[in-house]
Amino acid sequence: MTATAVNPSGQTPAEEQRAAAAPSSFPVEPDPGTRRLNTAKAIQEAIGSQMEQNPEVFVMGEDVGAYGGIFSSTTGLLDRFGAQRVIDTPISETAFIGMGIGAAVEGMRPVVELMFVDFFGVCMDQIYNHMAKIHYESGGNVRVPMVLMTATGGGYSDGAQHSQSLWGTFAHLPGMKVVVPSNPYDAKGLMTAAIASDDPVVYMFHKGVMGLPWMAKNKRSIGAVPEEDYLVPIGKARVARAGTDVTIVTLSLSVHHSLDVAEQLAGEGISVEVLDLRSVVPLDREAIVASAAKTGRVIVVDEDYQSFGLSGEIAATLLESPDARGAAFSRVCVPDVPIPYARELEYAVLPTHARIEAAVRAAVGA
Amino acid sequence: MLGEDSTPHPQERSRREQSEDPEFLQLLDPSGQRVARPELDRWLADVDGEGGARVLAGLYEDMVVIRRIDMEATALQRQGELALWPPLLGQEAAQIGSGRALRQDDFVFSSYRENGVAYCRGVNLNEILRVWRGNASSGWDPFEINMATPQIIIGAQTLHSVGYAMGIQFDGADSVALAYFGDGATSEGDVSESMVFAASYQAPVLFFCQNNHWAISEPVTLQTHITLAERAGGFGIPHVRVDGNDVLAVLAATREALDRARQGGGPSFIEAVTYRMGPHTTADDPTRYRDANELEDWAAKDPILRLEKHLESRGLLTQELRERVAAKSDEVAGVVRNGVITMPEPEAMDVFKHVYATPNSWLSRQEDHYRRYLAQFEHHGASAAGHVSGGQH
Ligand SMILES: Cc1ncc(C[n+]2csc(CCOP(=O)(O)OP(=O)(O)O)c2C)c(N)n1
Ligand SMILES: [Mg+2]
Repeated sequence: MTATAVNPSGQTPAEEQRAAAAPSSFPVEPDPGTRRLNTAKAIQEAIGSQMEQNPEVFVMGEDVGAYGGIFSSTTGLLDRFGAQRVIDTPISETAFIGMGIGAAVEGMRPVVELMFVDFFGVCMDQIYNHMAKIHYESGGNVRVPMVLMTATGGGYSDGAQHSQSLWGTFAHLPGMKVVVPSNPYDAKGLMTAAIASDDPVVYMFHKGVMGLPWMAKNKRSIGAVPEEDYLVPIGKARVARAGTDVTIVTLSLSVHHSLDVAEQLAGEGISVEVLDLRSVVPLDREAIVASAAKTGRVIVVDEDYQSFGLSGEIAATLLESPDARGAAFSRVCVPDVPIPYARELEYAVLPTHARIEAAVRAAVGA
Repeated sequence: MLGEDSTPHPQERSRREQSEDPEFLQLLDPSGQRVARPELDRWLADVDGEGGARVLAGLYEDMVVIRRIDMEATALQRQGELALWPPLLGQEAAQIGSGRALRQDDFVFSSYRENGVAYCRGVNLNEILRVWRGNASSGWDPFEINMATPQIIIGAQTLHSVGYAMGIQFDGADSVALAYFGDGATSEGDVSESMVFAASYQAPVLFFCQNNHWAISEPVTLQTHITLAERAGGFGIPHVRVDGNDVLAVLAATREALDRARQGGGPSFIEAVTYRMGPHTTADDPTRYRDANELEDWAAKDPILRLEKHLESRGLLTQELRERVAAKSDEVAGVVRNGVITMPEPEAMDVFKHVYATPNSWLSRQEDHYRRYLAQFEHHGASAAGHVSGGQH
């Protein structure tokens, strides 16, 4: 941030150069084509492609090099780009997230991986007091174009400190965008958009949507992904399945379970609309209200804790909107308890097929 | 911003420097001979003296038994009976040597890998494995064995150990708090900050760092340019680097540090240089990131082999001892296996237990709500969780 010369558009030369490098010309949500990838590969491809085109993009985190990321978000990048741009860090989250911020301020576009979102507790000061506030506190003069990529969610017995979703916690704090892809197509498009964004973006992938061989099989974690780069706009939800009786507003792995329930209940003549939020910040409130106005019934399915979070925010959104105020509301979330390690107990708190189905039946009185 | 740089990447350095490990204190050389070390010898009076045979046999038994437990647990995981297991293979001397130096009223704060220490504390083995099987959210009662619930957030327990030690200090007791952690953990701010406090308040705490050379896929050379023990020196904490595969060196160094703390001499730091011979956990495949040769080198330094050589040289590795230890290992392995396979399943409503120590009316409402939800399934005999395998039906 040493450059002072300013051009007619108000940009410093460095900013202008960066703007030129920014992939704003990428197509927005093109046809997916026929090539199929799992979500992990889609993320790797998005990061790899941006690294190829833009020398400012680099990756940093624990076990992102030879290991390729504990959940395979960076597999192959070390071989392609070398240890200078795919940096294994000491086990110091505060340090490497803080340094990611410093590098972003200097003009780089770091993709920093926090191995599990649960570890945010170690380094939250850097995230919410610095990454999220530098732009504000510098009067808009300093940007932090950093992606904080992190693994979320449970379902595989990893205990109370390794299974949380926590997107509501990040969304609560102003200054950072929060995206939560549920499938390979969105994973690539949102990662490309996140790297291009001049705001810090928290990119939260659920381990269960990555398509990893050692996780529970999940057919929707493999899907068609265009070979070229493209954007999925940050802040735009997607109707994953259209319906008329009830709307499930959901995100991440819960989209998959909700679609399963919708498919099953279609056989009984219950028509379920599934809205995949894709972003939590900004939240696509228009899409929520439009669907609620159509079906008149909203169920939020959220793998985050029930209280003080996304589901409550959606309820408030409905109440504040003249078009959706009368909509019936219920929610299927993790009760306000830590995620159990024991499999039986963990599946008792997760938003499972059974719990979602029960909520839909209750909503439509079937 | 980006340019060619000739400095070797830490990962590269690791491969080159691993063999050039700086000095550490050894009391048993690789051939099992007892080496004199005036600074530590006085802590081994019982081992070197008349009752030495019994002490050595005890350490030997512990190391063999804990290796067997560890291997049984690894096998159980491979057979689908445990969800996950973090092997301690190769670290038996570090864990038994330190664990056996403790007094009952000392208090241990460990990571996930210190199951050998838990064994020394007298843990009921099934209480270790209950959690790793995924049958319960918690294992042993910390106050029963004076060892906290294992910590998985790297380094966090070092802070708890210093706080606990300050509590001991306020109480005027002469017990000691121990923090066990790994080489990777030393890079966490928490660990440095805990040393600041330990030094400032001269807290009776022992920082016991097992440098097993790896933090998942990252070599110790990525964490530090000097020995980990030297780090403690920067905080003004007495420190020693011992051969962590030498059970006598570990025992002596731990006794010395505990004594210092009991006498009011404050904190100490021990770096036990050892090697993680297995994967990080059973979910890891180390061939992705480390050389097979390295493992071979360390296999030759196996801590149990070393002690066997020493026992042999003193004529103590008798047929009777071998048989007794083998029988004990078989027995313990049987207990572990049986305990795991016959473990009772938990109840869904257990999820609401222990969240708060005192009543929380809102959580009670959620509990009632959940009970009603479960009641729907009673007629169908279906599982409330249902469709556990990722939404297939
Ligand atoms: C705060 C935090 N960061 C990262 C991790 C992920 N993690 C689990 S084990 C581990 C390596 C720890 O290495 P070390 O301290 O050497 O202990 P070892 O596993 O070798 O016993 C890492 C990085 C974690 N659990 N907590
Ligand atoms: Mg280690």
